[in-house]
Amino acid sequence: MLGPRDTAARLGSVSSGNALELRGVTKMFGALAAISDITMSVRPGERRAVLGSNGAGKTTLFNCVTGDFLPTSGTIRLFGEDVTAFPAYERIRRGLRRTYQISLLFGGLTVADNVYLACRGVSRGRFSLLRPRRGDVLVARAAELIEAVHLTAWRETLVANLSYGQQRQLEIALALAGAPRFILFDEPAAGLSPTERGELVSILTGLPGHIGFIIIEHDMDVALRVAESVTMMHNGRIFKEGTPQEIENDPEVQELYLGDGSHAHA
Amino acid sequence: MAVTDQPPPRTAVEPGPWNLIERVHPAWWAVAFILLVMPLLANDFWLFQVFGWTFILGMIALSMMFLAGYGGMVSLIQMTVAAMGGYMVAILGTSGVAAISQGLPWWLYIPAAVLIAAAFGTLVGALAVRTEGIYTIMITLAIASAFFYFTRQNYGLFNGYSGFNLVVPPMLFGVDWRGAVPFYYLTLGCAVIAYAAVVYVSRSPFGLALQGVRDNPRRMAALGYSVNAHRIAAYTFASVIAAVGGILLVWQNAQISPGTAGIPAVIDILVIAVVGGLKRPIGPFIGALIYVVLRTFSPDVLLAFGLSGERFKLVIGIGFLLIVFFSPDGVLGLWEKWQNRKRHDPLKGDR
Repeated sequence: MLGPRDTAARLGSVSSGNALELRGVTKMFGALAAISDITMSVRPGERRAVLGSNGAGKTTLFNCVTGDFLPTSGTIRLFGEDVTAFPAYERIRRGLRRTYQISLLFGGLTVADNVYLACRGVSRGRFSLLRPRRGDVLVARAAELIEAVHLTAWRETLVANLSYGQQRQLEIALALAGAPRFILFDEPAAGLSPTERGELVSILTGLPGHIGFIIIEHDMDVALRVAESVTMMHNGRIFKEGTPQEIENDPEVQELYLGDGSHAHA
Repeated sequence: MAVTDQPPPRTAVEPGPWNLIERVHPAWWAVAFILLVMPLLANDFWLFQVFGWTFILGMIALSMMFLAGYGGMVSLIQMTVAAMGGYMVAILGTSGVAAISQGLPWWLYIPAAVLIAAAFGTLVGALAVRTEGIYTIMITLAIASAFFYFTRQNYGLFNGYSGFNLVVPPMLFGVDWRGAVPFYYLTLGCAVIAYAAVVYVSRSPFGLALQGVRDNPRRMAALGYSVNAHRIAAYTFASVIAAVGGILLVWQNAQISPGTAGIPAVIDILVIAVVGGLKRPIGPFIGALIYVVLRTFSPDVLLAFGLSGERFKLVIGIGFLLIVFFSPDGVLGLWEKWQNRKRHDPLKGDR
């Protein structure tokens, strides 16, 4: 868990300007606005939770930020640069990463190959026809990341043969490859056991201070333990912003989302 | 964090040239030895017609396997790319049609033919990668049939219906490369290089990325890869292999005409690749050997039974149906099934 002093030190050390800045972002699917007029900014190194019921537009917001969808209107700036029209891979090369709600991994390749591809994706030599040599920097880096998410024993296992929890761990290793500056976590705790959730929280809070992230999470306990600020969404719009304490104590939020169990996953 | 009910992973063997002998299965050494001494065992017909043709068709099917097995793109353009290579050798080099053939030296027309065919394959790839699945098959088939009709009607460059005859390999080092033994070693050498290149590249950053694109293109884009650029580059790589196969094919037949890349020839390559198996690079060569043996000997067998020798396609078709019915992964799939059954422990139920 982050203490307020750690946060202040971390935020003080980073340059001014926002890591992510959205201005009036709207995404229409036909006549349906999945998100409308979203304006928000996240400082470098900031850890933000985006909460809201199913269909609130959280994942659509992520898809617009990563470039999986182009927004219908509005602008998206990443570290000061307008990336609204950039393809996904250009945003990745600027330090943006994401994980997916449903694991999107390479089932036909081993754990080591999956992480190696992620490391290679943001470096030169993506088209190299030469195999990596012994002592290759990226192979070593991939091994470190596999270690960091506790999958070293499964390095040579095909990803299709991993358990669900292990695939979620591998998702995080893929997001950490290269030099991430900002990560979008899409429900990383979904489907994990309580022990696995505890480990996930320790992985997220243990990330280097300069890496900011947004986390979408239904598990309020996980979300509020790793985030220092919270954005509530409802029906495709921003409904409330504040610190975890403010959000937890807000009567409107309690009414809408925390109030009783039947509303939480409505 | 996760339940650890999986068997321990196999220990990775450090790659390196030193333990090559240990790493390669003994069966491979046996196959290599037999292939090397084949000219002592087989007559000229087998060397030139059966094995030479097998290696050539195997290479063209290998280029299809590379795209389909590693890239997830079933391209029917590979035979056409091969024919483009063959045509360029006839047009830029020497042939019986002196009015068109340029008569360039071999060191110029062979690389030029490969380059032009690769550029053609890349261009088709650039169009085809915008589609997926059945549409990739359709667009490549459409371009293949367009090429067939174009060459049949174009007399200025492709010499129309009759094509080119007397297209033979250059006399290098005083060897007649169309002789049975030299041609056997020439095709064997090219096939081995193509096979080794595919195996090697499959584990390179480019090859791994291509397999990543096959498994999950959206995630590859999210990792910083340009998915389309990788797919197009895969067409370029496969086209080089197909082009070399096409040049050897025109030398073997000593002629090339529109029928070389007609629709039946295009489908034959697909049949070869599927019968052999699209999962591993050795599959196309196994498929090619089965195809060539059936194609060469089934007319004799049919005649012996009092049937028309023309019906060899029926035999090939039935063979194709049987293999695909029992194993969608081709002959290699049948082999794997058999291996797994041997290892199966009936008490524990595991392998």
